[in-house]
Order: sequence, then C-alpha cells, then structure tokens
Amino acid sequence: MAALCVEELLARAEQREAEPHRSVAVQKELELEFDLGNLLALDRNPPRAAGAQRESRLRSLARDNTQLLVAQLWGLPAGRAEGATGPLVAQLPEPFYRLPREKPLPRPRPPTRWEQFARLKGIRRRKRTSLVWDEAAKQWRRRWGYARAGGDPARDWLIEVPAGADPNEDQFAKRLRDKREKVARNEFNRLRNIARGALPGRGLHPTGHQSRAELGRATQVARVSTASLGRFQPRLPKEPAAPPPRGGKKRRFEPLLGDLAAERSRQLELLRGLGSKKPPLDLTRAVNKQLREEDAQAAAGKGKKRGQRGKRGRQRPGGGKGPAGGKGKKGGARRQQQRPAGRKRS
Amino acid sequence: FCFIDRTSTSSDCFKKPKTKRAKRFLEKREPKLTENTKNAILIKVIQKIPNPYLFFFRKNITRPFEDQTSLEFFSKKSDCSLFLFGSHNKKRPNNLIIGRMFDYHVLDMIELGIEKFVSLKDIKNSKCPEGTKPMLIFAGDTFDLNEEYRRLKSLLIDFFRGPTVPTIRLAGLEYVLHFTAMDGKIYMRSYKVLLKKSGCKIPRIELEEMGPSLDLVMRRTHLASEDLYKLSLKQPKICSAPYMFFNTEPVLK
Repeated sequence: MAALCVEELLARAEQREAEPHRSVAVQKELELEFDLGNLLALDRNPPRAAGAQRESRLRSLARDNTQLLVAQLWGLPAGRAEGATGPLVAQLPEPFYRLPREKPLPRPRPPTRWEQFARLKGIRRRKRTSLVWDEAAKQWRRRWGYARAGGDPARDWLIEVPAGADPNEDQFAKRLRDKREKVARNEFNRLRNIARGALPGRGLHPTGHQSRAELGRATQVARVSTASLGRFQPRLPKEPAAPPPRGGKKRRFEPLLGDLAAERSRQLELLRGLGSKKPPLDLTRAVNKQLREEDAQAAAGKGKKRGQRGKRGRQRPGGGKGPAGGKGKKGGARRQQQRPAGRKRS
Repeated sequence: FCFIDRTSTSSDCFKKPKTKRAKRFLEKREPKLTENTKNAILIKVIQKIPNPYLFFFRKNITRPFEDQTSLEFFSKKSDCSLFLFGSHNKKRPNNLIIGRMFDYHVLDMIELGIEKFVSLKDIKNSKCPEGTKPMLIFAGDTFDLNEEYRRLKSLLIDFFRGPTVPTIRLAGLEYVLHFTAMDGKIYMRSYKVLLKKSGCKIPRIELEEMGPSLDLVMRRTHLASEDLYKLSLKQPKICSAPYMFFNTEPVLK
C-alpha cells in the first residue's frame, strides 16, 4: 500500500516537472513594486539579458514580470459586471505613482458680489422650469426664445403711462434706455468680478477701463521690466521726472571735474573749521533741534488721527507710485526664479 | 497687479462665451481638481504608436531644444500636454524627443536616439484592439538610481498609461509594454498577452511579440528644476490613495 502511494506521488511530481509551462510561480531576487491603479510594475533586479540571446531573454523576463503583475491583478476584489453572466471585472485602486499635472491647481477664488449677497440673505439656488404659464395666450410657453411667454411682439403696441410719470415722456424710449442701462450695469458688475478674481478672468484688466492709478502702476511696472531695471528708459515729455532714488545704501560721489569754485570754497571751509577753537558740537543748537523734532512728531501723531477719520480711503499720490515700483521689481525677480529652465521671455 | 502672459490674449478672459457649447469648451480647458486625460501631439512622426489620444501635426516646427515657443503655442491651441517630436539629421540620426507640458510650458523633454526599430507592420500577427489600456513594466535598477532615467520612467508612464479607470475587465488585459534599462540602452518591447489555463485561479501568461519594439539611447535632456517639478506634482488634498502595494503586500497608509 505504501509503495503504491509513493509511486503515485512520484508520478505526480514527474508530471508537474514535465509541465513547467503550466505553473504560475516566478522566482525573483528582489520583489517587484506594483501600482495597480496604473497597471504598473517596477522590477528592481538588474536584468540579465545581455549577449547573443537578448531577445529571448528579454521576452522571458517580460513574461515573468507580467505573470507577477497579473497575479496581483487577479488578487483584486472582482465582480461580474452586468449580471451573473457578464465579464469578470476587477476594482482597481487609486493610482499611486505620482505624475505631474497638466495644469496648475485651480486657485480658490473670492465669491462674486451676488454670491456674497446670497450667502448673507440665505438665498439658495432653485432650478428653473423650462416652461412658463402664459396668462394672455392661456398656454405653457418657453421661458425664453422663439414664441416665449410674454414675448409676443403684438403686445408692445401700447404702454400705459404710469400714475406719477410725466405725460410728455416717451415711454418707449424710456423702456429702451432702461434696458440698455441694465445691460451696461450687468457688464460692469461682471468685469468688476473678474477684476476681483472671482471669475476665471483672473484679475486682468480690460483696456479702456483702467483708472489713473492703475495706469500709473502699469507704466511703472513696464518701465522696470527691462534688463537694466528701467535705468535707461527715456521719459515722455510730460511724464513726471524720476522719483529720487530711495535709501542711501550706496555712497554718492561728486564728479571729479565738477564745479572748481565750489570745491575751493568747500576746502577753505574745512580748513577754517579745523583752525578755529570753537567746539564742533553746538550744544544749544543740538538741544533745540531735538526739541523741535519731538514737537513735530507729536503734531504728526495728532494730525494722522484727524486725517484717518476724515480722509479715509483717499490715496496719497506719492504713496501710490512708490510701493508699486518696488512691487514691480520684486515681482520680476520672483517670476524669474520660478522658471529658470530654459524659458525665453522677451 | 497681474503680469499678462504673452500667449494669452486679453480676449480670452473677457469674452463671455455666447453659446453653451463654447462655455463647455472653455470649462474643459480650465485648471480643474481632477484633470482630463492627457492628450499628445505627434510631430513629424516616424513610427506609429498605438495610442488613440493623439493629434497629428505636419507643420514645420523648429528644434525643441533651442526654441520651445512654437511647441507651446501648439500645445495651447490643441490643449495637449504631451508631445513627441521625431527628426533625422546627420548629427542626430533617428531622433525622438518625448516631452510634457505644465501650464502650456515645457516641463520635461528627453531626447532619445532610436538604434533599432521594428514596426507594427513588420511583425505579422493579430494585434490587440486599439485603445486597450496597456500594462507597463519597467525592469532594471537604473530606472531608480539615475535621476534622468527616473524622469524618463515618469514621462513614459504619463505617455502610455491612458485614462484612469476605476474597474478593469480581467480578460481584457491584452497589451503589455516592457521597458528594460541595460548597458546604457533602453529596450522597449510590446507584447500581446495570452492567458492560458493553469492549475489555479491565476492564469498562466504567455507573451507574443506584437507591436513596435525600439532600442533607445538617451541623448540630451531638458528636465524641470526641482521646485517646478514639485509644483507640478501638487495634488488637491481631497483624494489620496488609501493603500499602496509594496513587495506584494498591501500596507495601510
């Protein structure tokens, strides 16, 4: 009995060995990494397919790797699509391998004026019906378009003059004017929403509608957007002269061959000062100067408070230009830093 | 204040679309949380790669490594973020530049030289249906150790993976693309998968060489800087993979 069992076992083992093409086992040194969401497998083993039999070795390597990948896929939770007889379908997990996006992430946008108002009042969006009951025609008509409810041209032949209106006023013209005003106001609000970045127009300003301050900022930024940061840009005849350079970080040197008389007088003053016995610091003058500064600061503090209350919102013309120049420079530098890899920007 | 991009005209932003169709067209091209499937532009193509999401151009575009403006223009107009540029000259014979865009500007570009090429037509057997999502396999440790190879791997996955689907028909896994990095070359082989009976539930795989096979050599590269690449990888915070597979065992993230 035992001998028979052993024979059976040996026979089975022989059979298994003789059919290697039926096995699904694959031996690998390093395990593969799988990303089933992308149907991806990464094999870190150094491939041994060099030499004369490269194609067949590549194919066997591919076969082994595919076998492992398919084994993973068959291990996923599967069901039958479209009933019991449909094809076997596996649930893929989310793709894990991070790939760069096509476009940048959408930026969070501020709400539009209407959205703010609706949120405040608690107004929610209601889906409109496509047909409206027309009382005059006694039937259901479209909301807008051909043969719409209340859009019959024949009804416009008469407009009643309202109770409090001027009898000589042209009501037809008034209606037309009102409609035009409504359309213009709607367009204005839409552009204002775009300017605030609430709509996908992303804050770019349409031409012809910019304020004086915005134009000033635009010209300033354009001036500084050259390679020498605007140092050699000519100014237009009526353009205000360049504002004095800020800071005092760099020392300023007088030109070598300038005003000879001024240089002479300066040198003589210096010698006179060195020669005199007076102390360099005049104590009374210094103290007076300090007192004057303190008074001026106190006065400015009082004045600012008064100014803030009364003149709120009005921009100071000097303040508008100065920061804009700085902003332009900083913006340009930041922009360059973000995209260094071979991009030409003329 | 906003800098106006040279390639976007002011009319792009302010013209309100007059029809619903135009509105849908613009909304499709906007940046979104979950993106559309990437499309590719093929320029002066030498071989055919079975990929249904292609736009084919024959215009005379200048060299991508020198001047990228015409490429970016076409990418913006056709809303394609991947491109494949084929050329041939004495200095660089059988050249293939594979690249992708981020925000309509070139992100990565890798130039590959084709040493050996066997096309679909040369191998005479039945092919798999067009549009099959391929299985991608990368073999060789070079794909992890070398920075340029790593980017190439990412680029190839981007190119060939097709649309992201939640479920897949198991019998429809017919196509596998196998990339091997060995001896400084990259061997790309396409096989048709035959599922044979085996003793257990998992089928036995047999491969039949089907599609184009290429022997590639990496030439020049133009890779994005680290911070730009990181910026492009940023994903919205909502969706993230619940678990990942490492060494064939699921590990909870």
